[in-house]
Amino acid sequence: MSEGIGARVTRKEDKRFITGHGRYTDDIVEQNQTYAAFVRSPHAHAEILSIDRDAAKAMPGVIDVLDGKQLTGDGIGNIICGWTVNSKDGTPMAMGAWSALATQYVRYVGDAVVIVVAETQDQAREAAEAVVIDYKELPAVVSAVEALQDGAPQLHPEAPNNQIFDWEIGDEAPTDEAIAGAAHVVEMDFTNNRLSPNPMEPRSAIATYNAIEEHYTLYTTSQNPHVARLILSAFYQVAPEHKLRVIAPDVGGGFGSKIYVYPEEIACLWASMKTNGSVKWTSDRTEAFLTDAHGRDHVSTAKIGFDKDYKIVGLKVDTIANLGAYMSLFSSATPTYLYATLLSGQYNIANIHANVCTVYTNTVPVDAYRGAGRPEASFLIERLIETSARQLGISPVELRRKNFVTEFPHQTPVIMAYDTGDFEAHLSDAMKAADWDGIAARKAEAESRGKLRGIGMSCYIEACGIAPSAAVGSLGAGVGLWESAEVRVNPVGTIEILTGSHSHGQGHETTFAQLVCDRFGLPIDNVQVIHGDTDKVQFGMGTYGSRSGAVGMSAIAKALDKVEAKAKKIAAHLMEADEGDIVIENGEVKVAGTDKVLGWHEVCLAAYMAHNLPEGMEPGLKEGAFYDPANFTFPSGTYICEVEVDPETGTTDIVQFTAVDDFGVIINPMIVEGQVHGGLAQGIGQAMLEHAIYDDNGQLLTASYMDYCMPRADNLPSFTIGHTTTACPSNPLGIKGCGEAGAIGSPPAIINAITDAIGNNNLSMPATPQKVWAAYNAASTKQAAE
Amino acid sequence: MDIGGEYLVPASREIVWEMLNDPEVLAQCIPGCEELEATAEDEFTAKVVLKIGPVKAKFSGVVTLSDKVHPESYRLSGEGKGGIAGFAKGGANIRLEESGSDTKLTYEVDVQVGGKIAQLGSRLIASTSKKLASKFFITFCEVAQTRVSA
Repeated sequence: MSEGIGARVTRKEDKRFITGHGRYTDDIVEQNQTYAAFVRSPHAHAEILSIDRDAAKAMPGVIDVLDGKQLTGDGIGNIICGWTVNSKDGTPMAMGAWSALATQYVRYVGDAVVIVVAETQDQAREAAEAVVIDYKELPAVVSAVEALQDGAPQLHPEAPNNQIFDWEIGDEAPTDEAIAGAAHVVEMDFTNNRLSPNPMEPRSAIATYNAIEEHYTLYTTSQNPHVARLILSAFYQVAPEHKLRVIAPDVGGGFGSKIYVYPEEIACLWASMKTNGSVKWTSDRTEAFLTDAHGRDHVSTAKIGFDKDYKIVGLKVDTIANLGAYMSLFSSATPTYLYATLLSGQYNIANIHANVCTVYTNTVPVDAYRGAGRPEASFLIERLIETSARQLGISPVELRRKNFVTEFPHQTPVIMAYDTGDFEAHLSDAMKAADWDGIAARKAEAESRGKLRGIGMSCYIEACGIAPSAAVGSLGAGVGLWESAEVRVNPVGTIEILTGSHSHGQGHETTFAQLVCDRFGLPIDNVQVIHGDTDKVQFGMGTYGSRSGAVGMSAIAKALDKVEAKAKKIAAHLMEADEGDIVIENGEVKVAGTDKVLGWHEVCLAAYMAHNLPEGMEPGLKEGAFYDPANFTFPSGTYICEVEVDPETGTTDIVQFTAVDDFGVIINPMIVEGQVHGGLAQGIGQAMLEHAIYDDNGQLLTASYMDYCMPRADNLPSFTIGHTTTACPSNPLGIKGCGEAGAIGSPPAIINAITDAIGNNNLSMPATPQKVWAAYNAASTKQAAE
Repeated sequence: MDIGGEYLVPASREIVWEMLNDPEVLAQCIPGCEELEATAEDEFTAKVVLKIGPVKAKFSGVVTLSDKVHPESYRLSGEGKGGIAGFAKGGANIRLEESGSDTKLTYEVDVQVGGKIAQLGSRLIASTSKKLASKFFITFCEVAQTRVSA
């Protein structure tokens, strides 16, 4: 059985994960390990009047108790946002100061104030309770809309009215004009509910200081250890890069929340130097709810205009995005360049204008979470199209088809240039798989059982890879978004792949190895993938934005090209043949059209023996490459959801969910299906169950699984999954990316289905039974009155 | 969160008013009260053990009596810190009306919590507050009964 591109190879890494032998940060124990606990603010907004550390210091096992004044006094820099976004009037974004340990003010419940280091975790936690902090409470604000109003509590002196920036994209005047002259106009309000990320493994960090070498080692739950090292070194002044090793070992899920450098990593590194040892911290689940960057939290209004033939003439969007108490690493890009640039959806829209206002509130910072801006965009456009069809009395399928982009490349008015796609292909495949045309009979049958059946679709498009570097640089990104790879061929012919991508559930150890198998015809066991250690891999940008296939594997492909070229040169020399006649397949190096053949391992050994190499050739077989993508990639798809609502209780069952995606070339269909399943589960979670809620005083009410409802197996149907393929033209492998699509495309399909079932379009996420019941009853009351 | 209710206390309004101003009675009636010491007129320091859902903590804080209208009404308020459990603050507005030889006591309670109690026990605040309020007034009625019969 083939183990190359397109094969359903079972995951190499699952042997250790399934048998409980994964090695996560918290599994690691350094010599003389000490443990940290953080004293956090119980108030959403307060001034720190005094901190009394004496009683805590006297507790058993306590090594040190350190606060923010000491931290800033030692020159540890403030936490930064790595993407500059200016307001439309040109003023730069208003970034408030964020110290890893608060010095004067606390701005959300969970803001870290003091770090306690002790010999055991229990001792550290006990001593944390003995730290006495005197606060002067200040009024708090948790809603972004309220934070912008006159008289709202103010968070940062740098940001008057709590506004971070007021940004726009597209041309406003022509858009207004187009909508003013439209035959039909539909307007809608949207709330995109705030979510907690909930990776299975909570965040953890072990910082170790070696005083003799003046060297730090940080084990951390990171999606991008090199970027973490760069920031820790260049901005937070923890240590110069060559004196700081960052290792992200096995990481149990991230969904975006582990992209960022958090206060705890910085404080642990600094505390390891202060205590001259190794300091370990692992978040408990409540800390994770309080301090992991949340996702979404948009409030929007949108207006769409159609001409008399139902062609879209203009789209205008106004969004207020809650960024929480501080600007997290990519918080500025998520609600702007990753959101408003996708508002064109799969449609040909000549005029789009979007305004995005970002706001500080007394809540935990908000940043990228699976999909990062694209779920917000797809929810808005796909709910708006579906609602427009219902209001204008035409089929939602027909309305979509009338407006699909059909010619590529297609330049949208909001930066993105779609390179390829076939939207009709996945639409018709999905409709067939879901038996779209047979819904009337199923509705009637459900009605006979007293149930309300509804169907809804979503035609999403998203942008992956997050590149190219020069383009994102011109938009304000503080980093390039390329990827690196190194292919090390050993003398015996086995291969190590070093990649700057990071695997935290994606299965790179398998898919990246498949790429090598495909190239040389080697067994997959002969290939090892190494990642997540700044001492081993030179540099890399990490994993987010579904970029590891399209960008990370493209870098590997480039390095493989170089290895292949050198191996062919050596083989041609050894077999006295022409380099152009050499073919590598099935682990053999052959001269085409002859019986001359060498084993792959023989060529590799020759490279290292160097007894007989072409003149002037360096020994060895190891090549590296940096790959900077030429464009974003554009996965797209059609999702169809069918639900049954119990009108007595509002309980909604998803009876069928069909997802047909175009991810370009697929390396391992089994892993891709897994990604789609997981993404759909998270999308269903957002649409029906999940909501991070703060009360008016800024207390997080959903800080445990008793109050924050995660999707469970019985909330999910058996998914029907299909694929159509248009290869991505901008990378050598034709890959588009599949990691986030499920979470991006599913929420609008679900809400479109439920609103179809209950006959009321006014339904916000999460569509809990209570909300569905109320919306259904409001609709039936209204109908009865008419 | 606002919770209210009323009780018929089997004592005259004057006796009830006296009891409401007697730290010993208050200490007896406040559920989980381990200590109540007067620090000034109408001001006390208190130590109270509270269990809200999964969180049990000892709160140290201040109890004050204010807005006094003899013998009709006052406000009993408290503010306590429970260490890592967070904080709680709130109070009860209490009104007394004569009802024959008994006294009708009406109360309104407001509670605000923060930190771990809010994170883990917010769903339980209303029911816990109701329970604590009823415990307070049931004990209060019992004490009134013994005072009157003594």
